[in-house]
Amino acid sequence: MQTVKMVVTGPFSAGKTEFIQAISEIDVVATEKKISRAEERIKDQTTVAMDFGRITVDDDLVLYLFGTPGQRRFDFMWEILSEGMLGFVVLLDSVRPETFREARSILDTFSSYAPVPYVVAANKQDIDDAWEPEDLRIALRIPTEIKVLPCIATDRESVKSVLLELLYSILEVMDEGES
Amino acid sequence: MALKGNLRDFSTTQLLNLINLARKTGTLAIDMRSDKARLCFKEGKLVYATLGQDAHLATILHRAGKLSEEQARTIQSQASAKSDKELGLLLINAGYVSQSDILQSVHSFILGNVYPLFTWTDGTFRFESNMLPFEDRITASIELENVIMEGSRRLKEWERLQDELPNLDMALRFADRPGANMRNISMSVEEWRVVSFINPRNTIRQIAQYNNMSDFQVRKIVYGLLQAGLVEMVQPEGVAVAAPKPGVPSRPPVTGRRPDVKRSIVKRLIDFFESR
Repeated sequence: MQTVKMVVTGPFSAGKTEFIQAISEIDVVATEKKISRAEERIKDQTTVAMDFGRITVDDDLVLYLFGTPGQRRFDFMWEILSEGMLGFVVLLDSVRPETFREARSILDTFSSYAPVPYVVAANKQDIDDAWEPEDLRIALRIPTEIKVLPCIATDRESVKSVLLELLYSILEVMDEGES
Repeated sequence: MALKGNLRDFSTTQLLNLINLARKTGTLAIDMRSDKARLCFKEGKLVYATLGQDAHLATILHRAGKLSEEQARTIQSQASAKSDKELGLLLINAGYVSQSDILQSVHSFILGNVYPLFTWTDGTFRFESNMLPFEDRITASIELENVIMEGSRRLKEWERLQDELPNLDMALRFADRPGANMRNISMSVEEWRVVSFINPRNTIRQIAQYNNMSDFQVRKIVYGLLQAGLVEMVQPEGVAVAAPKPGVPSRPPVTGRRPDVKRSIVKRLIDFFESR
């Protein structure tokens, strides 16, 4: 049995758990806890260790999706989760610019863990005040070769297309490596 | 979609850079407490800007030294119904100013309203695409790269001044033995306005408020007065000097291992998702 792993990361409340829930064939093994800090009470629960989703491709290939905890005080988990990943998705909360700096920092940190391909998914594009993906690219200084994709983490099709784009990027990197 | 946020999270420099690179057209509204700025852009170029109240063309020309105060007041009262464009033509035809005077003055007015925004570190912003108020105003077409560079230079100057004068809640008093060059010193109107309020009971912040000056303006003037040996800083009673916040150490980068996955596996994953 071959297993591959992808990581979904991003700032607190970017929608990582919903992203994995939308595509996973099993109920996401979420390790959520009630929010204790007043300043983080924009949602009821938060991920403290990781989210875990599974997609069975066929009899001998399984894709695992790991979601990182968004709160910085659990960042000791990030490096553990990133070990052996095929690629990663950085999920942005397109309606909360106060999280962009944190997103940039997470992106830099994950890139430093492993030189694997990644894509940036601009979540919550169904909300009126969402920043457009190309504006987010400029705001976060994301290089042109990195895809910045519109995303609605609660929509399976949207999540699927983000994962597909990541896989295309992985394939491109592999093809470049061979040529 | 509107670009909304707070300067705490996305600075003026970053906003202008975004508008420039995305070649945006529209109006950026920035509100910091009672201060309001409106910046208009056409295809990524700055065309107009206001800070606080918008100004009549006569006022703009007066500020640029092209019209006297009396002339500006008379024109403003007699031509208040005219648009700036109409008024500009009248003034050119009457020989008060040249076209180049008007364009240069408007240019300086716009930039003078934009540069202070680089020092704003807090305040809400909203960019409305394709909205261009002030259509009756005389506009310019200013490349944002230059504005960003000059604004950043001023920001550095502001930061340096902030290092030199970190606490505006200090007071000033005239030095007992000012330098020998005091006799030859010549001061601007703004410097005199600050000097007239120097008193150990007035904090620098209060002096700025009395004179309707920004923190940057008052810091620049006070710094000059301190360097010239004219004044000394003193602590007014009951005001404590805040200690600087300790820096947060950054996390060192860590390297990882690249996964050993074959191309065929990735291809199978793609086929799987494409077929679903």
